[in-house]
Amino acid sequence: MLSIEVNSLSKKFGKFLAVDNVSFNVNKGEVFGFLGANGAGKSTTIRMLCGILEPTSGDAKVGGFSVMNEPDKVKQKIGYMSQKFSLYNDLTVEENINFYGGVYGLFGEKLNERKKWVLKISDLKGKENLITASLPGGIKQRLALGTAVIHNPAIVFLDEPTSGVDPIARRQFWELINDISDRGTTVLVTTHYLEEAEFCNNIILINAGKLIAHGTPATLKKDYLKNKIIEIECDDPVSAMNILSKEPFVDDTSIFGNNIHLSVNEIYNSKTQISDSIKTNNKINIKRIDPIVPTLEDVFIHLLEKGK
Amino acid sequence: MQPIIKIEKLSKSFGDIKAVNKISFDVAKAQMFGLVGPDGAGKSTIIRILTGLLSYDNGSIKILDMDLKKNKKKIQDNIGYLSQKFSLYGDLTIDENIEFFAKIHGVSNYEGRRNELLKFTRLTEFRDRLADNLSGGMKQKLALVCSLIHKPKILYLDEPTTGVDPVSRRDFWKILANLLKDGVTIFMSTPYLDEAERCNKVALINKGKIISIDSPEKIKESTNKTALEIVCNDVKNAASIIKNNTELEIQLFGDRMDIISNNYKDDYIQIEKILSDNSIEIISHRNKTLSLENVFILKVKNENVEA
Repeated sequence: MLSIEVNSLSKKFGKFLAVDNVSFNVNKGEVFGFLGANGAGKSTTIRMLCGILEPTSGDAKVGGFSVMNEPDKVKQKIGYMSQKFSLYNDLTVEENINFYGGVYGLFGEKLNERKKWVLKISDLKGKENLITASLPGGIKQRLALGTAVIHNPAIVFLDEPTSGVDPIARRQFWELINDISDRGTTVLVTTHYLEEAEFCNNIILINAGKLIAHGTPATLKKDYLKNKIIEIECDDPVSAMNILSKEPFVDDTSIFGNNIHLSVNEIYNSKTQISDSIKTNNKINIKRIDPIVPTLEDVFIHLLEKGK
Repeated sequence: MQPIIKIEKLSKSFGDIKAVNKISFDVAKAQMFGLVGPDGAGKSTIIRILTGLLSYDNGSIKILDMDLKKNKKKIQDNIGYLSQKFSLYGDLTIDENIEFFAKIHGVSNYEGRRNELLKFTRLTEFRDRLADNLSGGMKQKLALVCSLIHKPKILYLDEPTTGVDPVSRRDFWKILANLLKDGVTIFMSTPYLDEAERCNKVALINKGKIISIDSPEKIKESTNKTALEIVCNDVKNAASIIKNNTELEIQLFGDRMDIISNNYKDDYIQIEKILSDNSIEIISHRNKTLSLENVFILKVKNENVEA
């Protein structure tokens, strides 16, 4: 069952085409990753899908309603959490929950029941009277997500929700996202961290307003990255990187501690090309050259560089 | 080789809270050193102490062979600091921001260095643009240029890539790699373990203490565990079945799961049986090295159990 259907959606600001004929579908209850560089059109698309920005052309159905013709009905179906965690810092935990409950029309027994749930997922039971500003980042983040879904929306939009949160808090947050999607809420999430995109069931990548890739993490790695990724361990990796980056068989280079990662194109045929190239500087001793499994970051850098 | 930063039994308390608790470590010249830990672990406190912005209670710190307490000013002349907030002036242009930082550091003939740094970071064509009108990635590069104008020997970066997109981030790492080549030592803090993989040496800290310090490869080897990757149908359901039937730790991804394993072969046999009993078919599996993130979470959990 589809939760979001986007059909040829476009948005122009003056002459600038921010979103260019984008179409994709999101299944009910899935965790859907929406990726792209800054300025690629992510926020513009999300604002249209939330019914707060009118498309120039095309349409999208969100929770069964058209964003073009029924934006107010769309708003009742969704929750939204931004990277700034839209909580009121000078209110207590409970006041924030009551405020969002009120905004979404909850009261009485229903509000109490959902309040209990929000307190539980954010580990704040018994701490209702703490001032929100005093909470650690990870707790605040879960409270923000709890308030964004306090009305049990069909769909929740998370815009870079994990910016600046530590590894342990981030993992707890993703477990919570999985729980929410298990209960049938569709989660659409944007992130700059490609390792997080691995947690998504399906992903799209947009660049300069256009959709350039769509699939599961595994199919993206298989179908979109024609290049191989090679890891080289050697002395003086920075000098070796600078030599290799001039080779026609190398599209991109990157340093990982004492290792270099190369993205090599179809001109590449064997390790000797690499060792011959590095040997032009006889001070560099090569320890090993091995192909490795590409990351989603490798795939996306490749697609974005190609698109330039 | 003489360490460029040498810290012994460093402690710092805020009231009753021991933010930094008897920490000792060395950083070698031209190394990329990463300080990794959760919020509140003491990362920013350590960086602020090393830059001389914050006093410390006990221990000794030698930077560039000088005692930090006795030679603070001299050490500060030789360091650059890029904070999380990129302290730039939004209503000044790129050129003017750099000029401002040059003057703060008492660099009088900065024009040549400025041109060189703008070229190095590929910002030259934007030099007349106001800082407010730059993208996140460009702001980050400008802040880096400002912190390098006085040719520091050590560069401190406090969570430098928060909010920066992947393409700009990769660009940023390339620039840093070339600084290492020029002999600059880079000391950074990050909450992102995949970024820590880019360092030569990493210190994992938690609650003001070092829980592990070594190269990323050695830290990963130190656990004697591996990650067993399973790709199967209905992976969410499969993960909860394994969770209910074993003590194994599972990390769920969108289309697969990683199971932290002490013994790959035995664990796989057990999992294969549990899943086939529940009519779930395994599509593929492989044994992988743990990620630094997995190792970090294991070590922090162990600490908390022992404490």
